[in-house]
Amino acid sequence: MDTDTLALPRTHYLNAEFGLASWLLTTDHKRIGLLFLGSISMFFVLGGIFAGMIRLELLTPPGDLVSDDTYNKLFTMHGIVMIFMFLIPSIPSVMGNFFVPIMIGARDLAFPRLNLLSWYIFMIGGCFTLYAIVTGGVDTGWTFYTPFSTMASTSNVMAAAVGIFIMGFSSILTGLNFIVTIHTMRAPGMTWFRMPLFLWAMYATSLINVLGTPVLAITIVSVALERAFHLGIFDPAYGGDPLLFQHLFWFYSHPAVYIMILPSMGIVSELIAAFSRKNIFGYTFVAFSSLAIAVFGFLVWGHHMFVAGMSVYGAMIFSVLSFLVAVPSAVKVFNWTATLYKGSVSYQTPMLYALGFIGLFTIGGLTGLFLASLGIDVHVTDTYFVVAHFHYIMVGGALMGYLGGLHYWWPKMTGRMYPDLWGRVAAVVTFLGFNLTFFPQFILGYLGMPRRYHAYPPEFQALNVLSTAGASVMGIGYLMPAIYLFWSLKYGPIAGPNPWGAKGLEWTTPSPPPTFNFDETPVVTEPAYAYDTVEKKLA
Amino acid sequence: MPKHESSSALVPDENAAPASDPALRHHFDDLAQQHEAATLGMWLFLATEVMFFGGLFSAYMIYRVWYPGTWGDASRTLDITLGTVNTIVLITSSLTMALAVHAAATNERRKVMSFLVVTMVLGVAFLGIKSFEYYQKFAEHHVPGLDFRFEGQAPERANLFFSLYFAMTGLHALHMIIGLGILSVILYMAWRGRFTEAWHTPVEISGLYWHFVDIIWIFLFPLLYLVDRHR
Amino acid sequence: MPELPLFPTQASTMAGKVDALYFFLVSVSAFFVVLVAALIIFFAIRYRRRAHGEVGAKVIPSLALELTWTIIPLGLGLVMFFWGANVYFVESRPPAETLDIYVVGKQWMWRFQHLDGQREINELHVPVGRAVRLTGTSEDVIHSFFVPAFRMKADIIPGRYTTLWFNATKTGRYHLFCAEYCGTRHSGMIGTIVVMEPSEYQAWLAGGGGEGSLVSQGQKLFQDLACITCHRADGEGRGPILDGVYGSKVDLVDGRIVVADDAYIRESVLSPSAKVVAGFQPIMPTFQGLVSEEQLLSLIEYVKSLKGRELNTTKK
Repeated sequence: MDTDTLALPRTHYLNAEFGLASWLLTTDHKRIGLLFLGSISMFFVLGGIFAGMIRLELLTPPGDLVSDDTYNKLFTMHGIVMIFMFLIPSIPSVMGNFFVPIMIGARDLAFPRLNLLSWYIFMIGGCFTLYAIVTGGVDTGWTFYTPFSTMASTSNVMAAAVGIFIMGFSSILTGLNFIVTIHTMRAPGMTWFRMPLFLWAMYATSLINVLGTPVLAITIVSVALERAFHLGIFDPAYGGDPLLFQHLFWFYSHPAVYIMILPSMGIVSELIAAFSRKNIFGYTFVAFSSLAIAVFGFLVWGHHMFVAGMSVYGAMIFSVLSFLVAVPSAVKVFNWTATLYKGSVSYQTPMLYALGFIGLFTIGGLTGLFLASLGIDVHVTDTYFVVAHFHYIMVGGALMGYLGGLHYWWPKMTGRMYPDLWGRVAAVVTFLGFNLTFFPQFILGYLGMPRRYHAYPPEFQALNVLSTAGASVMGIGYLMPAIYLFWSLKYGPIAGPNPWGAKGLEWTTPSPPPTFNFDETPVVTEPAYAYDTVEKKLA
Repeated sequence: MPKHESSSALVPDENAAPASDPALRHHFDDLAQQHEAATLGMWLFLATEVMFFGGLFSAYMIYRVWYPGTWGDASRTLDITLGTVNTIVLITSSLTMALAVHAAATNERRKVMSFLVVTMVLGVAFLGIKSFEYYQKFAEHHVPGLDFRFEGQAPERANLFFSLYFAMTGLHALHMIIGLGILSVILYMAWRGRFTEAWHTPVEISGLYWHFVDIIWIFLFPLLYLVDRHR
Repeated sequence: MPELPLFPTQASTMAGKVDALYFFLVSVSAFFVVLVAALIIFFAIRYRRRAHGEVGAKVIPSLALELTWTIIPLGLGLVMFFWGANVYFVESRPPAETLDIYVVGKQWMWRFQHLDGQREINELHVPVGRAVRLTGTSEDVIHSFFVPAFRMKADIIPGRYTTLWFNATKTGRYHLFCAEYCGTRHSGMIGTIVVMEPSEYQAWLAGGGGEGSLVSQGQKLFQDLACITCHRADGEGRGPILDGVYGSKVDLVDGRIVVADDAYIRESVLSPSAKVVAGFQPIMPTFQGLVSEEQLLSLIEYVKSLKGRELNTTKK
């Protein structure tokens, strides 16, 4: 398949049409993927700025850089922007949109116009949230706990709630589109068990999107109604229960963590197979563990509320279910590790991200056991231990996977290669900076530093200084890809259809792909990752 | 399992004009696949709707178990006659909607249009009766946040019931209004003669939506109107 | 150079139990992190790509291996679960003999109310070596009572009573944090738990409490609010007799039976017609907005005292 078509001028999805309208009115899933890439990258920068200010404030114990109200708005908006506007849409909306149809050999998603609509909905919701930010911000924490959010907060809760509500429909529509596409649009011969694992992960993620997001939507609507019309659904003065809000909120927001991590796991499965040139070890186990995580993910929301006044027995049930989620996660990690065995491992940039992911996700997952364990959770919940744990999952896991996928598919999306050496340096810098930022926070958390604190007792300073230092290293690690990826758009060498020598339908079509992905519908005759059928070619 | 699952090498040629039917979108192989995708999409969407209303239903269940007396008192202030009439109106509209879908399948354009119109009239009637009920509640000061007063036991708890009442019926009414909008579009498409025996998926999936909204009401009616009526 | 503590002090009977479990989890986690990292590094180096077109060898997947690494994590998880649940069970069950203190959280301070009448703000004095039971509620939003040295935390929620308990083992001053985000000065909602020798504690007690004990405050309030006109001790009033009602089972008009605990008494004051006692009319007015959380606590304490129990102790 390595025929180079680069000498010939060729029509592909990027040069098929020109002009702003051709982008804003496109129904091509690949262009929509790029629209999402642009939007969420902006939001990522915004969320990163908030994070940087938080870390700067925490460099010294007293609250001296910004006022307490400002600090509260900073961590709230960091959370809202990074979770709802970056992580939840990130991999599904960018790589999912771009590659789900290509990987199953379809010409597009099942509902292309709905797909474009989901981008518009996302942007409208994003505008509401941005409006909330520029007109004074929100200070409820991204969790919007009642009664603070419904009665006490004087900030712009309404606009933010409306924004999140609207953006929710974007992820519902994206998820719906993927499920229908995977069910009905597979190419001839593409059976369920020939699908790349990324698609299994996307399928599981989409299930959560479709079944979880509406619950958040109704919860946010209830908060908004309570603020606007004094309906008393969560108001203790009327006999309402603030804990009901927490149950409804976490019923979505715990699965939301799996919306962030499952796609990354899918990408890591692709990367490990491609850069070991080997069939993934235990394909069916990895595939079904994605579904298992999606299903169990809906049954563990109560572990966020062990100290919030649940019954002892309720807490025990949620605790044991939370431990069960660890099993499919462990299965994945071991299978990825076993895939390397007798592989042909190369250390190109995407692979470094994938290996980094495994390490960080392992730590993140294991610290999750601490929080699932009732006795320890009472002490560490609402402390920096939790902050460190979910950053290991969401940043060390989800974001590393996202960047790995971006580097892996960048030549396919743009037709250009980036400098691999710089890529590897950036991956290592990110990995080191990340650990320096968040590992000290585990220690801080066990010491008892509560989260969301604008000022803290002086004995916590040393660890906070380490953390802030790490954050600046991590910032450099994120800046580098931005620079060389932009550079590669113009100056990067032509990539060719399959620069990595990887398997999968997306590598059988030219880079960048034509508008309808394939010049003729592919027929699938072999399982995914069938590397052992490749003839050995020597350079 | 899609029919084109077989690994036969019979691949339809991409670049040829898609097989005849103007309704076939370019990225599908045939109308059957397109129909399957649309139907599955609508069912999934209805699943999201179930979860959406499910949040309020779970809130309702919890508070009803906690405050049974209040729930009975507050529920008895609702007008059961109007509620029953509305239920009948809505179930009838489901019947006419089903007839419209059937007429579309047998390609009877005039029948499709008239059944759709009847369905929409019944939908509007439902909303009219509901508005009158809302007006009654407003007159009785039973609207939370607007000078709320309640004469039964535990007025401070009754607020919860009416909050949920308005949230649930309000969202249901909103879904009805959206449904009327969808039906208007379908009516226009039917008038333009866009549906054939081979392809009338839009009528079908709008029907699914309409029936779903009805089913929500079938649950809302006993939960809100029929609490503790035996006293 | 600032100090660099790595581990919190152990100052309660729970701390050792929690820490033992913590170290168990740390060792299991360290083992797996090292195992996975070592395997990855070893495989990545041992099987590095040596030629451009090279592909990986065919490895037959092994069901035995898959089951092994499914079952072992499951087993370890269950061990952690039982151990953790065990610790949690102890944490959530106060012992029979406790020193009772009430906590009211409000933006952004902790108010404490001792049974002897002392009030404290952001500082709590307790004796060492005695089980202390705190009953807490909030006046506005959710707060969380967190003492790292005791490994103790519980959310303090408006509209309900949360109980938590500890038994301090070391005298000293310990941080008290609010751990649930509660608005502007959340990070200023901090205080100190002062653990003293019993003799010192007695001396401290003797120095305060200008308004009489909590029971007497409640009794005064009971008369001031005219509760006494209906809830007469001779049974001639329009409301039920309150003597001995605390902790007993109460039959309601609608046939339900409830236990008269703190929450029930609170609800009966704020929303009297929600649970009407069998044989009485729902004629009691609501006192919502007329009594503060602290006054409610004194009323509850007064109703408790009508059982004729000793003060300062709770018998299960």
